[in-house]
Amino acid sequence: MELIRHNLPALIVVTPLVIGLLTSIIGRRGLGWWMAMGTTAAGLAMSVQLLVDVLAQGDRTVEYLMGNWPVPFGIGYSVDPLNATVLLIVSLLGAVITLYARKSVASEVPAGKLNFFYALWLFCITGLLGITITGDAFNLYVLLEISSLSTYTLVAMGKDRNRRALTAAVNYVVLGSIGACFYLVGVAYLYMATGSLNIADIAERLQPIYASWGTEAPIYQKTVITGFAFMAVGLSLKLALFPLHGWLPNAYTYAPSSVSALLASTATKVGAYAFIRVIFTLMGVGFAFGRLHTDVALMVCSGAAILVGSWLAIRQTNVKKLLAYSSIAQIGYIALGFALANKDGITASVIHLFNHALTKGGMFLALGIVMYRVGGTRLSDLRGLGRKLPITMGAFTAGGLGLIGVPLTSGFISKWYLVSACLEQGRYELAAIVLVGSVLALVYVWRVVETIYFGKREDEVNVREAPASMLVPTLILVGASIYFGVDSSFTTHIAGEAADFLLKVKP
Amino acid sequence: MQIVLDYYNYWACILIMMIGFYGIMAKSNLVKKVISLAIFQTGILVFYISTGKIDGGTGPVRVADGAAEAVYSNPLPHALMLTAIVVGVSTMAVALAIIVNIRQAYGTIDEVDIETMEHERGE
Repeated sequence: MELIRHNLPALIVVTPLVIGLLTSIIGRRGLGWWMAMGTTAAGLAMSVQLLVDVLAQGDRTVEYLMGNWPVPFGIGYSVDPLNATVLLIVSLLGAVITLYARKSVASEVPAGKLNFFYALWLFCITGLLGITITGDAFNLYVLLEISSLSTYTLVAMGKDRNRRALTAAVNYVVLGSIGACFYLVGVAYLYMATGSLNIADIAERLQPIYASWGTEAPIYQKTVITGFAFMAVGLSLKLALFPLHGWLPNAYTYAPSSVSALLASTATKVGAYAFIRVIFTLMGVGFAFGRLHTDVALMVCSGAAILVGSWLAIRQTNVKKLLAYSSIAQIGYIALGFALANKDGITASVIHLFNHALTKGGMFLALGIVMYRVGGTRLSDLRGLGRKLPITMGAFTAGGLGLIGVPLTSGFISKWYLVSACLEQGRYELAAIVLVGSVLALVYVWRVVETIYFGKREDEVNVREAPASMLVPTLILVGASIYFGVDSSFTTHIAGEAADFLLKVKP
Repeated sequence: MQIVLDYYNYWACILIMMIGFYGIMAKSNLVKKVISLAIFQTGILVFYISTGKIDGGTGPVRVADGAAEAVYSNPLPHALMLTAIVVGVSTMAVALAIIVNIRQAYGTIDEVDIETMEHERGE
């Protein structure tokens, strides 16, 4: 047990990688899901334990050296309250959505490809967990590509239902690769300036470089600024921050239901995490926000994301696409939170990472049930389903209330912190944008809810409530999103720890 | 002019990258897009490797005892780029596999044609 506990940071990433490889070579059909389920459940247990370990440490960090090579020569994993939280989000959502995936995926993907599907599923989770835990800038790129490559393929697996999945996937490959390449170029510039790839080590070596900039002989000024610019643009593409969100709506809409849920609740969250890490730990707030005023650019982009994303969501007739545009708006809230760079802002950002993952994951799962039972997710397919699928539609509606930010849902907690962060900085216009975004969310959620409960169906299709294996995960996610709205002490505690850590406040 | 000549290796890399970038943006044929992506990635590979080069540096081989200390180029970027090449090849493979599927589903690999077809179907 001691051995497992000591090697927890490595195991959490290596386990899904190895089991994923095994899953891709086993011949027996049906075994793939069991392997994925076991692995993700073990991953959840490991990340809970890791979070407990981190919070028990005095300096709130757990360091792990790969193969015992000292950093910066080897690859070091470093876990602090922020990435322990994101690890928990990814493993929790990974486990719950895998539980759901069995029937849903079997109905959308040919039986012969199921084992490959679950192998890619595990690789995707490996990559996402790896990005979150690694302390090495180049290692982050490699894991980013592991998760992206498996995601492209998972999206393309929706082709048997709608061939648009293929064009969505190819578009995602091109834009995703550009994003990753930009990040890689950024790492090259920072390597030229500092000669290191370890995030903490680069941050340390940048200090004398920053100090030289005010003087007669500034060193590496252009190199560092260019490197940061490349990284910021590359990660914004990965995180789908407006106006670099072009790949997202179609990828979410045409992917198999479980894949949409996994992507919406984890992939962009991990992108946001990587961006936060680059700004706060790698470059430092003083450089990124103080000297370069990236915060202003971020505020403009995220404000526009909230308004444009919500506005476009209102105009959609496919509910899956509606949720995808709503995700773009939600990413705006997350980016706005860390752009404000005060304690409430970062707390809001981290809480929203968590709450939005639960809410949007739950809603995509509810839509997956509609896909499973009715065969489509257009507004006309949902008409009058309130009576046919009462539990599923109840869950969808509860999730929708969370998106609006109604009190007693988790969305309210994140927006509360976000608005108070805006007011603390005296940014009244941003607080207004958050409120307008909530009103727009009310409009697009209401459009769907009205169709569900008051729409008349011409064709009396005979649909029954979903099987328990799909219903339970949906209710877990939506239930959790309501629970954390009523009792937010857990989320605010860990998000507060993360904010303190990033802002270097001693606990 | 001096800045171009002094850093001609970087200018060359940026030129290769931008040729690829232009292709990604401008071409509607999906295979050409993927080729452009490969060119873009190659630009990055060369960029990394040229950062490690030192004038007169040799390979990082241990010299015999007693011989004069050799100056050698930084080998780390080479090692990193081996990984990046693998990633690049995998991206190519995934992209081309998806394009093969697109060709089977639509009968064309031109982005504009595909959009027109989908538009006519009322998507």
